[in-house]
Amino acid sequence: MKVLVTGISGTLGRLTALKLVRHGYEVIGIDQRPWPDAPEEVEIVQADIRKRPAEDVFRTHRPDAAIHLATVTHLVTQSPDRMRVNLYGTRAFIHHCDSYGVKQAVFVGRHTFYGAAADSPLYHTEDEPPMSTHAFAELADLVAADLYAASALWRYPEITTSVLRIVYTLGPSKHGTLASFLHGPNVPLIMGFDPLFQFIHEEDAAEAIVSALAHKLHGIYNVSGPTPVPLATIVRAAGRRPLPVPEMLFKLGLGRLGLPYLPTSAIDHLKYPIVVDSDPFRRATRFAYQYDERETINSFRTAR
Amino acid sequence: MLDNLLPVDPEVAARIEALDLQFNKFGIDPYGIDKNDLTRFVSAFAWIYRYYFKVDVYGLDNVPSQGRALLVGNHSGGVAIDGAMVMGSMLLDAEPPRLPHAMIDKFIHEFPGASQLMSRTGQFTGNPDQAERLLNAERLILVFPEGARGTAKLAKDADSLVGFGTGFMRLALETKSPVVPFGFVGGGDALPTVANLKRLGRLFGVPYIPVTKWGLLIPKPTRFQLLYGKPMFFEGTGHERDEVVHAMVDQVKERIAELIRQGRQLREREISEEDLVLG
Repeated sequence: MKVLVTGISGTLGRLTALKLVRHGYEVIGIDQRPWPDAPEEVEIVQADIRKRPAEDVFRTHRPDAAIHLATVTHLVTQSPDRMRVNLYGTRAFIHHCDSYGVKQAVFVGRHTFYGAAADSPLYHTEDEPPMSTHAFAELADLVAADLYAASALWRYPEITTSVLRIVYTLGPSKHGTLASFLHGPNVPLIMGFDPLFQFIHEEDAAEAIVSALAHKLHGIYNVSGPTPVPLATIVRAAGRRPLPVPEMLFKLGLGRLGLPYLPTSAIDHLKYPIVVDSDPFRRATRFAYQYDERETINSFRTAR
Repeated sequence: MLDNLLPVDPEVAARIEALDLQFNKFGIDPYGIDKNDLTRFVSAFAWIYRYYFKVDVYGLDNVPSQGRALLVGNHSGGVAIDGAMVMGSMLLDAEPPRLPHAMIDKFIHEFPGASQLMSRTGQFTGNPDQAERLLNAERLILVFPEGARGTAKLAKDADSLVGFGTGFMRLALETKSPVVPFGFVGGGDALPTVANLKRLGRLFGVPYIPVTKWGLLIPKPTRFQLLYGKPMFFEGTGHERDEVVHAMVDQVKERIAELIRQGRQLREREISEEDLVLG
């Protein structure tokens, strides 16, 4: 079975590709970035998903399945281009799947879809609407991409489509939203708030993507690993020092004084939890994580 | 959060140990309750519960010792001391102890510190999805159907009941949970509120700021009466017409009014414990 992976050179893309190869799939990848030490079995085409060369990959290889990982998720890239990559990229992906007979499509999205607020319940289910796009404009394109991808479920019912909303990944790569936030020795937190954070080891995340493929999931699924842990506890377990800063100062100091660059609307994500219920995914795939909460944080902490 | 800030009461620690909760490797339950924080916080609170205040608790056996249930009762003070005392009775007096999840007002989670403390002790913003999930997980929910209108009662009206919401009844029907009514008496004496400053409150992001007889928002040491009635079971789906649900809510409201009445009589020493009818 031939699987095409977009965004293959990213951390999750690489891990997913390696697992696919190990499971005996034939893998082709598309990414603008190179993957210098990619395994021989994996063919990589350096192209933009929105451009003609990417379409040619679909046309010539005729993959049986495709996994869409080519979304820009980190918040540092704030440009109109990011929105275009995320939305037009997703559109191109779905169109090509339809035009070139791809039987199965997997869209990898984020659990931040649901948004964080003082009254948001713990354990969001897939039927809940995204509640805070107005408060976090910087995430609006990802929410839109998620909803757009889900529209393939009714627009192209013949394609088995799964939309995965995966929690923060963490692991030895030290890549990803949570890892970047935990980058320095002191991690600023909002004083008086300590939200639950849900994370999954990056290997487990890749395994979850492969199992969505293997079980031919059709629908929207939350994907999570171990039970959630408060942010300050994560910070300490990662060998960092939590540095609680009053919210007012935090807003003023963003991007300065050693505070990370974050849009001010990201502050809600440091005050309130986004926790998802992934029971339907577990039931459908019998997925079980390999790394528990402590092992996951340790793998990040001890990575060189 | 509290780390080593507060000392641990060994008896409280044993009670927290006895709670039917599952903690992960960091001592956190799936709803974010931190075993260490809970132990230290309840240790400090135990002193207030036992010595600063005094709570005469009746009918504690009426609260199921396991499984889903809703504790439904009245507000009787300018701030939710009643809620704290119900917590105290379930954590410090009940055998085995249980941790109720109060459905609290949204503004509480908007305050630094309060948000953190509430999150680590399992107290969430009242939200039907959240409550339903907790009940389906066989937890105990604490609801004050009067809401903020209930705490806003002035001291002279402390024993009265204002309008009840119907959300709790739909929830009970939908999840097939028993409703345990309770009546709480004495809040108006601990914190005799004479006025509520609504406009000033809005400036601070709270529904109102209560003003007591002595100006300050410090409750005086008080003896309270807390009466738990027999569990009430209702048949239905939770999707009935409003009139049907209102009728059920009124049954609960009447029972609570009756419990408050008896609590008041106990307080005035007009009756003794043997005369109580909690059924």
